[in-house]
Amino acid sequence: MEKEKLIELVGVSKSYDGENVLKNLDLYIRDNEFITLLGPSGCGKTTTLRIIGGFVTPDTGRVIFEGKDITALPPNKRQLNTVFQKYALFPHMNVFENIAFGLRIQGVSEQEIKRRVSEMLEMVGLSGFEKRAVTQMSGGQQQRIAIARALVNKPRVLLLDEPLGALDFKMRQDMQYELKNIHKQAGITFIYVTHDQEEALTLSDTIAVMNQGIIQQIGTPEDIYNEPKNAFVADFIGDSNIIDGVMLHDYLVNIRGVDFPCVDAGFRREEPVDVVIRPEDVILTTPEKGQLQGVVTSLTFKGVHYEMDVEACGYEWLVHSTKMEPVGSHVGICVDPENIQIMHKPRSVDEEAAGVDE
Amino acid sequence: MNKKNLWLSGPYLVWIVGFILLPLVTIFYYGFTTAQGGFTFANIINAVTDSANLKAIGLTVLLAALATAICLLLGYPLALCLSRIGLKWQKAVIFLFILPMWMNFMLQMVAINVILEDNGIINTILTALGLEKVHIANTFGAILIGMVYDYFPFMLLPLYNTVSRLDGDLINASKDLGAGPLRTFFKITFPLSLPGLVSGATMVFIPAISDFAIAEMLGGGKIMLVGNIVEMSFTKGQYYQGSGLAILLMAFVIISSLITGEDGENEGGAMLP
Repeated sequence: MEKEKLIELVGVSKSYDGENVLKNLDLYIRDNEFITLLGPSGCGKTTTLRIIGGFVTPDTGRVIFEGKDITALPPNKRQLNTVFQKYALFPHMNVFENIAFGLRIQGVSEQEIKRRVSEMLEMVGLSGFEKRAVTQMSGGQQQRIAIARALVNKPRVLLLDEPLGALDFKMRQDMQYELKNIHKQAGITFIYVTHDQEEALTLSDTIAVMNQGIIQQIGTPEDIYNEPKNAFVADFIGDSNIIDGVMLHDYLVNIRGVDFPCVDAGFRREEPVDVVIRPEDVILTTPEKGQLQGVVTSLTFKGVHYEMDVEACGYEWLVHSTKMEPVGSHVGICVDPENIQIMHKPRSVDEEAAGVDE
Repeated sequence: MNKKNLWLSGPYLVWIVGFILLPLVTIFYYGFTTAQGGFTFANIINAVTDSANLKAIGLTVLLAALATAICLLLGYPLALCLSRIGLKWQKAVIFLFILPMWMNFMLQMVAINVILEDNGIINTILTALGLEKVHIANTFGAILIGMVYDYFPFMLLPLYNTVSRLDGDLINASKDLGAGPLRTFFKITFPLSLPGLVSGATMVFIPAISDFAIAEMLGGGKIMLVGNIVEMSFTKGQYYQGSGLAILLMAFVIISSLITGEDGENEGGAMLP
C-alpha cells in the first residue's frame, strides 16, 4: 500500500510579522492521492499550499519533489498547477485564451492547443463556451474554467485552495462529485485546502487536520472520524460530546460518577481525561436500562435524523437518532465501549495546539 | 427630491449659464461670424492655415505628447514599485507627490524658474562643480519640465489606483502556468493596467494641450502655444480669430477625451488615494 512519496515537506516553518503560521511542519504526499489540508482559518493550511506552489518561501525547512529539493524553485518552474481561491481567471482574455495560456507559454502548436482546450472544456462540461468573456460567467462556470486552465497543462499535482468556497450549497455539492470524477480521470495528485469538514470527508483519500500551524492528525477520513487523536480533531470533524472523565484503570472510565467500560488502556490510574462520544453513538433507551438517566431538553428535526439535547449528570449530551423522544421525557443513555474515545487532557494551551498525544 | 426644492439648484444653474454656457455661446458666435456679422468658416480655416498658427499647433501637440510620455515613463515604474511596498509607505509617497498640487500655481512656476534660471540653482551648482552653464530658462525644455512637474500627479494617481488594485493571484496564476516575470508583465500586468494608463495619459494630455499659463510663465513669452495665441488674440481684441482657434482647441480636447474616454471612465473618478 505504501506508494511513492511524491512531495515531502521537511521541517517547514513560516512566520508573518513575528507570528508563527507554520511550526516545523513535516508532511508527505503520495502519488495520485487526494489529500486535504483541513482546519479552521488561520491554521496555516493555505500557507502550506502556497509553499508547495512556490508562491511563499518558507523561513526554514525544505520542499522535496520526487527526491529533488525545489524549495528555491520559482512557481513557473514547478510541475504543478493551482486553482486559486477566487479563481484568478484573466479578465482580459476569453475562456479559450485563459485555458490556452499555459500551453502557449510551453510553445505548443496552435492545432494541439485547440484540441487540448476543447478536450478540457468537454471534461468540465463547458463545450462551446470558448469565445465567452470569463467575467460574464457564473461562479460555478468560472470554477470549472479555473480547473480546466490548470489541468490542460497535465501537471503532476493540482493544488486547490478552497475552490468551492464561493459557491452556493447546491453547486458545492455538485462540484464535489465532479471534482472526484476529475481526480479519477486525470489520475494525478490533488492537494486540497478547505475548512469544510464534510467536503474533506467526502473527497479525500487522506486528510491532514491542521490547527495553529501544526498537523494534528493525518489519516483516512474513516480514521479521522472514528479515531480522532485529540479533542480538537474530534470537535472539528463532525459534532462531538467532549466530557471530562477520570480513567479508573485500563478499560474503565468514570464519567461524572458513572463507570463506563471502554476499549482504551495505558493511562495512569485516576488520570483526568477527555472522553469523546459521537452524538450518533449515544443510544437512548428507557431510564431503567440506561447507564445514565437524563431529561430531553430540546428536539430538532434535521431531515435524516433528530437532534436532541439530553441533560444528564450535569452535562448536555448531544444525541443524533432516527427515533425521537419528546422534550421533557425521561430517558436512559447507553454507549457501547468501542464508541468511547479516551484522550489525554492537554496540559497547556500550547500543548493543546500541538495536540500532544502519546 | 421633492419638486418644491428644485429652486435649491438655482445658484448652480446661474453658475452654469453665466460661466459655462454664455462664454461657449459667445465663442461659437464669434468663431462663425465675420466682423460684419455674417456667417463664415473663415475664422476656423484661418486657424489651421495661418503659418504662425500651424507652427503653434505643431509645437503644442508635440509638447503635450512629450509631457504625457515623460509622465508615463516616470509614473508607471513608480506605480509598480509603490504597489509592492507596505501600505503605509505607499500613502506617504503618494502624499509627497500630490503635495505640490495644493500649492499655488504661480508659486510653483516661480520656484521652477528660480531653479532653471541662467543664474539659478542648477547653474550655480554646475558652476561650483566647474562645469559649463546650461541655458534652460525660457526654452521649450523649461515649459516641458514645468508641464511634467505640474501634471505628474494626474498621471500617477490613476496608474497607482489601477496597479495597486490588481489581484496578486492573477500574477501568481500566470507564474503558476509557467510564465516568467517578463512574460507575466507583458501578458498580464501591462494589459490589466491599461485603463489607468489611458486615464492618466488623458488627464495629462488634455490640460497640456490647452495650456498657456505654463508656457507664459516658463517660456518668457518667446514660445507661442495655441493657448498663448488665443489669449493674445483676445487681449488684442481680435475676438473672431481668437474664437476660431479656441473652437479648434476645443475640438482637439473633445476628440482626445472621446478616444480615451471609454477606458478612462473608471479610473478618473478615484483621483485621491
